[in-house]
Amino acid sequence: MTSVAAPRAHKSGAHRSAAQESTARRFGRAVFGRQPIGMIFGAPYLLFIAVLFAYPLGLAVYMSLHRYYFTAPGVNVPRPFVGLSNYEAVFADPAVRQAFLNVLIFLVINVPLTVAVSLLLATALNAAIPFRAFFRTSFLAPYVTASVAMIGVFLFILSPTGILNTVLGPLAPVPSWLVNQNWAMPSIAIYVTWKGLGFYILLYLAALQGVPKELYEAAAMDGASWWHRLRSVTVPGVRQVTTLVTLLAVITGANLFTEPYLLTDGGGPNGKSASPVLQIYQTGIEQNHPDFASALGIILVIGVLLIAGLQQLVQRRRA
Amino acid sequence: MIKADPAPPEVTGSDSVTEAVEPRASRSWWRLIALLFGALVFLFPFYYMIIGSLQKTQNTSLSGVLPNPANITLQNYAEINAAIGIGKAIINSGIFTGGVLLATLVFGILAGYALARLSFRGRGLLFALMLLVLTVPFQLLIIPLYVLIARNYGLANSYLGMIAPFAINSTAVLIFRQYFMQLPEELFDAARIDGASELKVLIHIALPLVRPAVLTAMLLTFIGPWNEFLWPFLITKQQSLQPLAVALANYIDNVAATASNPYGAILAGSCVLAVPAVALIIAFQRYFVSTNIGSGVKG
Repeated sequence: MTSVAAPRAHKSGAHRSAAQESTARRFGRAVFGRQPIGMIFGAPYLLFIAVLFAYPLGLAVYMSLHRYYFTAPGVNVPRPFVGLSNYEAVFADPAVRQAFLNVLIFLVINVPLTVAVSLLLATALNAAIPFRAFFRTSFLAPYVTASVAMIGVFLFILSPTGILNTVLGPLAPVPSWLVNQNWAMPSIAIYVTWKGLGFYILLYLAALQGVPKELYEAAAMDGASWWHRLRSVTVPGVRQVTTLVTLLAVITGANLFTEPYLLTDGGGPNGKSASPVLQIYQTGIEQNHPDFASALGIILVIGVLLIAGLQQLVQRRRA
Repeated sequence: MIKADPAPPEVTGSDSVTEAVEPRASRSWWRLIALLFGALVFLFPFYYMIIGSLQKTQNTSLSGVLPNPANITLQNYAEINAAIGIGKAIINSGIFTGGVLLATLVFGILAGYALARLSFRGRGLLFALMLLVLTVPFQLLIIPLYVLIARNYGLANSYLGMIAPFAINSTAVLIFRQYFMQLPEELFDAARIDGASELKVLIHIALPLVRPAVLTAMLLTFIGPWNEFLWPFLITKQQSLQPLAVALANYIDNVAATASNPYGAILAGSCVLAVPAVALIIAFQRYFVSTNIGSGVKG
């Protein structure tokens, strides 16, 4: 456009304004990007994150560093800065330690059980099988159903006079599953594992479909046993999913609420099935110590982010 | 109905050479047995839920597993309805879930499209924030959210307070973004050269091509609030506003002891709560794609 030597002088004014406009546009592009309308499209979501995620996260940090409690609306009370004393209180609390121990028990049961059963069922599904859609749907059914609804039936099955104890007869534990100090947490862990399996079966199924068939053929030609094929072809092929199972299990364990609240009546007996989020609820809302609860929440957020970061690191090193 | 289905490939029957090594019949046996056993373990509690909800008097013996015409009643449904008002609770669940679906559908698609196809200042930041939201579990923010929504904004016992923290499902945004990214760039270039506005491009060109993704995202978004317990439990202390999951949980926790057949009433409520989600996966099971389910489900 400007390369044309303008023979008509009276047009030069128009030329200049066009050139100015394009400079302005280029400037706009540099500042706002090529499609600045994207800022408008993304604005509601950004606002949502700012108001209902970032701000609460900041508020949690603030509360955890102050002496904070709920008051009647409009009442102004001093909320002095107390440093890290809420965090110290969290770490010193034996109930919190018990809750973290419970998460550990949960992991010890949940992770191996999830990996073994979902890998088995995913392998079984990974073929031309009759009624495939039926199997897929039935595995997913518990996963998509409200835990409150499933807990209803598990309370029935696991009750002292329930069908499980009827079947087990003298082998049934006394006291019964959900009121037994040793069985409460394992019961929750098995229930939660059962409920989540469908999701992991689908994940493993997708991963299995990515394992090259040639590897199995080569292994079969070498006369490898099924155990050998499993160990040297399948397991490495789905390693990413297995790492994900571990991460999600940590998150699930830390966040259990509905199950200890309803199945074991508030993390009982004696806090033996309490989870960190249940404690956040009990200390923060029921006992009016939101500062303590916030500190516990922040510790959990940091823990989850650390584990997620660690997992990324491990995965990258393996790749 | 929907033709373009960008779901990951399903195995439909090509077992290729491995089958030459072993004939299919012998290979399929263990698969079918494992799958049948699995289906039994997964489905029995559902079956038992229905049977138990119909029992006149509780029967926890082995014979109680089979339906007994002499012991069947709908009384339990009447009992739970009288206790918690099933109709009202379903409406509350519907408003809660519908609000989340609507906000996610409108604002989530806009955000997903912007993240996938538009280059604008702040895109990287928005994407990073989305990933952070997906990583930090919602439950860990309940205390500050409770302070904010119930105390500061006075939205306790309101639908808005219930919906707000879930309004835009980040998993859905991620799904929208991924599917919009798979569309060929030429499509967008052509439309833009023709002078179509971005909103037009989104509505008339991009959206029709990602309809399966929209359905998948909607299914996941539905399940979240429909099943959610903790948040609506905190925010609605007034029974007339409680979603079904909360009303039923409160019944389990407090009231059940006074009923003539407490488990019967609980199981009747459980059936009602379970039906919509189970019906949806039966109808749309092929849209439940593993890579997408992610953190969509809670409760």
